[in-house]
Amino acid sequence: MTSPILATEGLTVRFGGHVAVDAVSCAFHTGELTAIVGPNGAGKTTYFNLISGQIPASAGRVLLRGRDISGQSVSQRTRAGIGRAFQLTNLFPNLSVFENVRLVVQSKAGQGMNLWSMASRHAELTEAAEAILTRVRLIGNRDQTVSELSHGNQRKLEVALLIALDPAVYMFDEPTAGMSVDEAPVVLDLIAELKEQRDRTILLVEHKMDVIRTLADRIIVLHNGALAADGDPATVMASDVVQEAYMGRELEDV
Amino acid sequence: MIKAVLSGDMPRSSVLALVLGLILVCLALAPFLFPGVRTVDTAARICVFIVLVASYDLLLGYGGIVSFAHTMFFGIGAYGVALALTHMGRGFDAILVGAAAGALLAAVLAFVIGLFSLRVRAIFFAMITLAVASAVAVLVSQLSGLTGGEDGLTFKTPRALGPAFKFGDELFGVKLNGKLLSYYVVFIGSLVLFLLMLRVVNSPFGRVLQAIRENDFRAEAIGYRVVYYRVAATCLSAAVAALAGSLYAIWLRYVGPDTTLSMEIMIDILLMVVIGGMGTMYGAVIGATLLVLAQNYLQNLMGVAGSLVEGVPVLPQLLDADRWLLWLGVLFILSVYFFPTGVVGRLRRG
Ligand SMILES: Nc1ncnc2c1ncn2[C@@H]1O[C@H](COP(=O)(O)OP(=O)(O)OP(=O)(O)O)[C@@H](O)[C@H]1O
Ligand SMILES: [Mg+2]
Repeated sequence: MTSPILATEGLTVRFGGHVAVDAVSCAFHTGELTAIVGPNGAGKTTYFNLISGQIPASAGRVLLRGRDISGQSVSQRTRAGIGRAFQLTNLFPNLSVFENVRLVVQSKAGQGMNLWSMASRHAELTEAAEAILTRVRLIGNRDQTVSELSHGNQRKLEVALLIALDPAVYMFDEPTAGMSVDEAPVVLDLIAELKEQRDRTILLVEHKMDVIRTLADRIIVLHNGALAADGDPATVMASDVVQEAYMGRELEDV
Repeated sequence: MIKAVLSGDMPRSSVLALVLGLILVCLALAPFLFPGVRTVDTAARICVFIVLVASYDLLLGYGGIVSFAHTMFFGIGAYGVALALTHMGRGFDAILVGAAAGALLAAVLAFVIGLFSLRVRAIFFAMITLAVASAVAVLVSQLSGLTGGEDGLTFKTPRALGPAFKFGDELFGVKLNGKLLSYYVVFIGSLVLFLLMLRVVNSPFGRVLQAIRENDFRAEAIGYRVVYYRVAATCLSAAVAALAGSLYAIWLRYVGPDTTLSMEIMIDILLMVVIGGMGTMYGAVIGATLLVLAQNYLQNLMGVAGSLVEGVPVLPQLLDADRWLLWLGVLFILSVYFFPTGVVGRLRRG
């Protein structure tokens, strides 16, 4: 097997006496979609925070393409190829839907420190942003202010920002949470599309069993911050520990 | 054409466009429309404050950064020109050297303050700027050998900018002298600086600042180094404030702690940016114009109003010219209450 694009080694974080992520060692490969499951408070979001750099680790390392990035800031890691969509929607609320996406495209194009040209005259950025909005079916809301958007559309935009960033490693944290039954498929189809590309690495925190069944190449289970199981979906779901402790309760078919 | 000059940032309200146009025409033709020492002086003050407030808006309205050191940067530019003209002689070269040195010093100082404090938290920056600004104000009054202390410095500007210099007879009854030229140096300088800032806030950089103001956490997570942008905005804003100070020094031919460094001016700037509308640039134009006019004419207006209601109980006391500051306060509270997004925000909403 090729060397992993992303790996964590003994990754640990303690909040006071509470160990939220407990020595998690795990490697992720390009083209693979890994579902991360576990009960509420298991440490899934915190594990993401450690990888993308929002929280410094108490111990352990994060490796991207074999390089230790533990000391890097969030923006450095983002530019290096780690992208994140948040569980709690985290947008630019008083800017337009379009401007939210345009800002990401602009960041990717490395235009942020350009003080002279007019932002609105960068046709390539405008077109790229509009193309993303079309893909996530938000083009109709292009000029709406984000704070006026429905919850479902805000969740879509949250995903759109990550897709606009198009990182090597995609991290989705419950992307369809709170979405209606007709909205969720748009997002899930996008994730499936990304997976079909086979050149991206996808980490997906998800509670819904049917979603995991259709999308995941592999499942890892976190329990009390520790890695409790890791393997292909059929094996992990069938394993006793998962059946008893979590699957029965947490991953009830939705 | 207009769109290019305004960097694509149109007023987006016909009333606003009209008001801005009116202010522009009045300022451009002030010496001809309102001849008189006091009125032209008011016009020059409006020009300078538009730039000063706009540079503060770049920081507060676009970057979401609160600073109390803006008058310090303003003062650095003013003292730069004053010192250069005092020690190098009354030449244009001295003005250029003084203004450039002032702007550079302001930017360097802003860089140091920013790098030390903006990494931590934005509120820490506000506290540091307050401390540094107070320290510099004390320093300026202590170093009286260099700065003239509390008395400030009076100096000579180039002959071509003084009232004694005549380059023609009269035009529409206005003397064509150096004072007129001096006004146009201030007017054109201010206009150019304002348009440059309009350019910056509409550039990709300006958009990043807005994003940081909205949500610095997410700005970082989409790849922008937030600290870099904040520090860059601080430096730019400080340099422009210093240049506004230089223009003010050229106009007044005097600098002192009261005209450039005082906390009172800092409060004026805050009022102007809030009344005009934060994060709009045009708010600086409206805010500075309204407040400078109020400061200069509210007292007179109230004197007139007071004499009109003579004999009525209480009212004359309330309208006494000495109460003008009270009324300014009332106006401020009312405007913030009714226009929380400033005059520009209100007009744009229609
Ligand atoms: N910044 C923090 N300070 C203190 N405790 C924290 C912090 N962040 C997370 N925790 C704790 O760490 C544990 C793991 O939280 P985390 O949000 O990672 O869980 P999760 O698996 O994402 O749960 P959910 O399914 O509800 O999203 C929780 O007990 C939480 O209270
Ligand atoms: Mg979570």
